[in-house]
Amino acid sequence: MVDLKVKLGKLQMKNPVMTASGTFGYGTEYSDFIDIVRIGGIIVKGTTLRSRQGNEYPRMAETPSGMLNAVGLQNKGVDYFIDQIYPTIKDIDTNVFVNVSGSTVEDYIFTAEKLNCLDKIPGIELNISCPNVKEGGMAFGISCLSSAQVVREVRRVYEGELMVKLSPNVTDISEIALAVEAEGADSISLINTLLGMAIDAEKRKPVLSTITGGLSGPAVKPIALRMVWQVAQAVKIPVVGMGGIMNAADAIEFILAGATAIQIGTANFIDPTVTIKVLDGIEDYLKRHGYSSVNDIIGALEI
Amino acid sequence: MKKFMLDLVVKNNKSLNNQCSLLILTSTEKLPTMLPGQFVEVRVDNSPNTFLRRPISINYVDYEANELWLLIQIVGDGTRKMCELRAGELVNLLFPLGNSFTLPEKKDSRILLVGGGVGVAPLLFWGSYLKNKGYACNFLLGGRSKDNLLQLCEFERFGNVYTTTEDGSYGERGLVTQHSIFRELNFDTIYSCGPTPMMKAVASYAAQINAFCEVSLENTMACGFGACLCCVTDTTEGHVCVCTEGPVFNITKLKW
Repeated sequence: MVDLKVKLGKLQMKNPVMTASGTFGYGTEYSDFIDIVRIGGIIVKGTTLRSRQGNEYPRMAETPSGMLNAVGLQNKGVDYFIDQIYPTIKDIDTNVFVNVSGSTVEDYIFTAEKLNCLDKIPGIELNISCPNVKEGGMAFGISCLSSAQVVREVRRVYEGELMVKLSPNVTDISEIALAVEAEGADSISLINTLLGMAIDAEKRKPVLSTITGGLSGPAVKPIALRMVWQVAQAVKIPVVGMGGIMNAADAIEFILAGATAIQIGTANFIDPTVTIKVLDGIEDYLKRHGYSSVNDIIGALEI
Repeated sequence: MKKFMLDLVVKNNKSLNNQCSLLILTSTEKLPTMLPGQFVEVRVDNSPNTFLRRPISINYVDYEANELWLLIQIVGDGTRKMCELRAGELVNLLFPLGNSFTLPEKKDSRILLVGGGVGVAPLLFWGSYLKNKGYACNFLLGGRSKDNLLQLCEFERFGNVYTTTEDGSYGERGLVTQHSIFRELNFDTIYSCGPTPMMKAVASYAAQINAFCEVSLENTMACGFGACLCCVTDTTEGHVCVCTEGPVFNITKLKW
């Protein structure tokens, strides 16, 4: 019997497999396909203080080994989440995180404060890296100063597990990671999507309504893996790795690079059962290599 | 309705014209219940350029023969691969997805189903369903030319069929909305699927004569079951997902 439990800060997780925000709805969208309580952690859709209509259509472009999205944080706001969604998901027996985004520091603070009152939500993922909103989002995550400021302010009001999701659209991601660690982040997740673009040559027009969008899928995996490795070297807090994970082998690569847990995103769209396959595959790998715990392979890359 | 991810077996794949094929799938298990208007998400294997699944309307379900029919038009590499599938090969599907058409209010409703090009796909299943429930249907099918009029014989099994072609090679010349049937018959219930300009024209006519009207929208999707929020359309209730709130919409809900 191998031990799949990992710890993210103070938070005990039954296994390291999580779902990435914006790819797993509120979890229930997947319950026809899998037993969602087997997943170690579910990060629900990006939530903002006020409701957002999101961007205009088209919001998606398929690209080689990946996709661009420009959803733009469509959601009904944190109050709607608390009143309508929370009651329906609070008894799901896994760690449910809320991904929090905002246009101003105050937005982040108010949203986090409201979520602080929900005893069945053990943590939030602070999204300072959404590339698809005009104000806020990624703008916070691309400088050490503003990243630190948001984390500092939210840390003051939020007592649960504070995971901060970093943008890969920066020159030195380790610097940002160190800055948010210094302000009290409990863990760091990365990478959010890479800023990209698609053009329809026949129409001489951009494919996305927003011109640029966030690239995800296996196309970004080598970059994600490199960044997870760099950040894991730099910080002491746990790192949650994501970016193009399609199967257990991909997940294990991230864990070897230093990730304590991993998130699966775009792959859920193609195979809604992928989380369970990855989970079983990790267990298989550990047995095959004679490890008794998944903790034995975190950062176990031999150089 | 419970959604499934299943490997189905290709029973037959016949080319209908140089762009379209009818893919007939079956299974060793009994196929789940599906409703007209719903769609499937097909995983396309062995196509390096195809990363996401392809949303395809359910064209027809023959529960007795345990067959699911999909009408495929070649648009890119993914659909081309689907048209090349051979009998005996497996295809992975997520289904049934989305909502369905709404039954007419009255048994004696004067019903018209308007389809254009490969957009006729869901109307065959809907027509068969309506006939089964005792409704009388009229089908108005349009295409660029005779070659683009698909499954005419199949439609004739379920109601009266009227046709238009833009080049006049079959049926009346012109667009579906120009067909003489509109001057002869007074419809109170209209369903439509096809190119957006066609559906908009049908919707505007339906609104004029105050008919009940539903259209089936197409959209690029990443997931097909409400997780990615990519396939939105603008409605009176704001942006909603075509995959879960549609693909069938009452025209009064759309901002057309």
